[in-house]
Amino acid sequence: MAESKQVIVRVKRQDGPKDSPRWEEFALQWRPSMNVIICLRDIAENPVTRSGKKTTPVSYESNCLEEVCGSCAMLINGRARMACSALVDQLDQPIRIEPLSKFPVVRDLSVDRHFMFESLKRVKAWIPIDGTYDLGEGPRMSSEVQQKAYPLSRCISCGNCLEVCPQVNEQSDFIGAAIISQVRLFNMHPTGAMHAKERIRGVMGHGGVEDCANAQNCVKACPKEIPLTESIAEVNRQAWKLALLGWLIG
Amino acid sequence: MRQPKIIVVGGGLAGLMATIRVAEAGVPVDLFSIVPVKRSHSVCAQGGINAAKNQKGEGDTTAKHFDDTIYGGDFLANQPLVKRMCEAAPGIIDLLDRMGVMFNRTPEGLLDYRRFGGTLYHRTAFAGATTGQQLLYALDEQVRRHESDGKVKKFEGCTFLSTVIDDRGVCRGITAMDLRSMEVKTYTADAVIFCTGGIGAIFGRSTNSVVCTGSAQSVLFQQGVDYANGEFIQVHPTAIPGEDKLRLMSESARGEGGRVWVPKKPGDSRPAKSIPENERFYFLEEWYPKYGNLVPRDIATRAIHRIVYQEKLGIDGQAAVYLDVTHIPPEVLDRKLEGILEIYEKFLGVNPRTEPMKVFPAMHYTMGGIWVNGEDQATNVPGIYAAGECEYQYHGANRLGANSLVSCIFGGGLAGPAAVKYARNLEKGAESAPSSVFDRERRRQEEKNQALLSSDGTENPITIWREMGELMTEHVTVTRVNKDLELADTELRALSERMKKINLSDRARWSNQTLNFARELENMIILARVITLGALRRNESRGAHYKPEFPNRDDPSWLKTTRAKWVNEEIQIAYEPVDISQIPPRARRYDAAK
Repeated sequence: MAESKQVIVRVKRQDGPKDSPRWEEFALQWRPSMNVIICLRDIAENPVTRSGKKTTPVSYESNCLEEVCGSCAMLINGRARMACSALVDQLDQPIRIEPLSKFPVVRDLSVDRHFMFESLKRVKAWIPIDGTYDLGEGPRMSSEVQQKAYPLSRCISCGNCLEVCPQVNEQSDFIGAAIISQVRLFNMHPTGAMHAKERIRGVMGHGGVEDCANAQNCVKACPKEIPLTESIAEVNRQAWKLALLGWLIG
Repeated sequence: MRQPKIIVVGGGLAGLMATIRVAEAGVPVDLFSIVPVKRSHSVCAQGGINAAKNQKGEGDTTAKHFDDTIYGGDFLANQPLVKRMCEAAPGIIDLLDRMGVMFNRTPEGLLDYRRFGGTLYHRTAFAGATTGQQLLYALDEQVRRHESDGKVKKFEGCTFLSTVIDDRGVCRGITAMDLRSMEVKTYTADAVIFCTGGIGAIFGRSTNSVVCTGSAQSVLFQQGVDYANGEFIQVHPTAIPGEDKLRLMSESARGEGGRVWVPKKPGDSRPAKSIPENERFYFLEEWYPKYGNLVPRDIATRAIHRIVYQEKLGIDGQAAVYLDVTHIPPEVLDRKLEGILEIYEKFLGVNPRTEPMKVFPAMHYTMGGIWVNGEDQATNVPGIYAAGECEYQYHGANRLGANSLVSCIFGGGLAGPAAVKYARNLEKGAESAPSSVFDRERRRQEEKNQALLSSDGTENPITIWREMGELMTEHVTVTRVNKDLELADTELRALSERMKKINLSDRARWSNQTLNFARELENMIILARVITLGALRRNESRGAHYKPEFPNRDDPSWLKTTRAKWVNEEIQIAYEPVDISQIPPRARRYDAAK
């Protein structure tokens, strides 16, 4: 009977940043179009493990539930992805749900991705406008440039590209593909281009674009299909150009 | 001179715009948000933002935008500020363009505009079908720049609990809870701007994000801030039903030529593509020849309900109609609608470029909200301001598509400087308030947490929330019947009682999401009652508020703003006149040009 079908879910639990993790298994009622978020909500409504032990609701981040806010990134069956678009019917069971491993765990599946937002400051990922008062229209832009830039501007800062990157580890502070791609985006904009050097300097040196070892995992993990490796190549080129120029001028 | 201090609660479009304006005025601002502001619900806005730029040479003007907005809102909005908003809209687009928003372009390199509901003009600027995301990011980036310069301090992962109001009835700051440490702290400010967004969670499933609970609005209401026109709830005609959320399929799909239809034969189970053209019923085009698929949302939603529930013509007997974009060239779809088509494909596994989408109406937006004055977004409590979806000012009885983003940015842009001006003019700032006022409020909030954590009952918060959502969706959305509304209010009171027997199943003092949710739920139930009682009293049909018992708009009795007040722990409904000084009310119809 399809209606009484069960979904077996294993969740990696951790009470706090310093506590050690443990696994809990749950048996949930299958429903059509069920996703991992619904699994976590069902657990919250009846927090009892498969073996009948009372437990607590699972802590996790979520907001838009349509893959545009970037909140619910986690490891699902070992793969870094958004929980909202992870449909149960497309997953092998038992479904293993773990927090992203490259960010500090807050509790259970909630992690601290503050590093990414700090990195956006480091590379000055913005257009420095003079003010919000009326200064007329923005610069003209060809449809061609817009169509190239728009996909880059859809980055949701989920952190999946950092999660899958071998260069992001305890020994390295690599800022990751998402941030580098933002540098490319702002350097493409006519006003942003006026400050391209500042941004490029932001991705040079410690943890910068040079730390990329070209594993190309990022582009495969990106839920928004952003051409991250192209962005890295382009920003790398811009960085070399700036370094060379600096060397020539001395 | 005393340096004032401002707090902004909420980091969506309105909150970020208010923050930028305060920072530009040189006043320090603390920005509170439950989620990192880049993850705010504004990212879900899809179709675009309205401004009468007349970029297609159709003779569009800001006066026409103003008239469309007032007419679309069935004359319930106070007119002067709506007029100012429509006049400001072209400048807002310019500003966003300067901030680097990747709007779609014409071959000449200018911004492209598309059509949207409730207008006959190409008035909607857009960035693919993820315009809200793009606008939010632009403002987020500007705020990050101010944050880098030390002008803005963010408190992300920190939820607003209450305002601190001194013995003279003046707001002096807030209490907020860190969602990791669960610690309650007070924060001092001369003025607080609330930009806390939508209330979708009150209806259980909606197109809104998880954080859109309306809890902050309800807290303010319970602290003496009035709530206006709560009964006006927008149900969007086209969303994909889902167990966790009803995912929006933007009006822009119809703006770009998408057509809504059902098979003419009831229960026709043939695949959509095999049903010949002459056996399809394009009911919106037939019933509303002038506006067709682009009638305003309240009209389209009622038409779909009529097709499904009265005419029994839902697809295969189900509660669904087709939204068809398969006749539009794939190249155009990818350039203009990719974002939403991707959502449909990912969540349903069906390619909407080749198969018509199955959609149904879903709760989407609240026109009603925190009462603000008609000038500068101030509420009735000194020191408290509101902007964005959480307030009631701009959309009357029904909001036109692509007007919400403009009202968020306009309202936020107005609230920031207004709060600064108020703060600068204060004789004595918030620092003059005795510390006992702050301690008292903090203790009240800590006691609330303690009571919830130690409550050892049998009720689960998720269960109560689901029941509330089902109740509200059934009785307080598209069709409203007085006896059902009375029943809904009784049931809501019963849910409030059950909250007293809550069991959180989590007593942790660290990152306890259940505790925060239970707090929000208590507030949601009260706001649900405000909405229900407003609907019960209003014996007419206007915009999104439709009562079969009273099918017509009744200006002599009901051209007035509902203003709910919290008096002695109970909801009191009062009314005040609508400012119709600019455009005299006239009958609203969409089957012919207005």
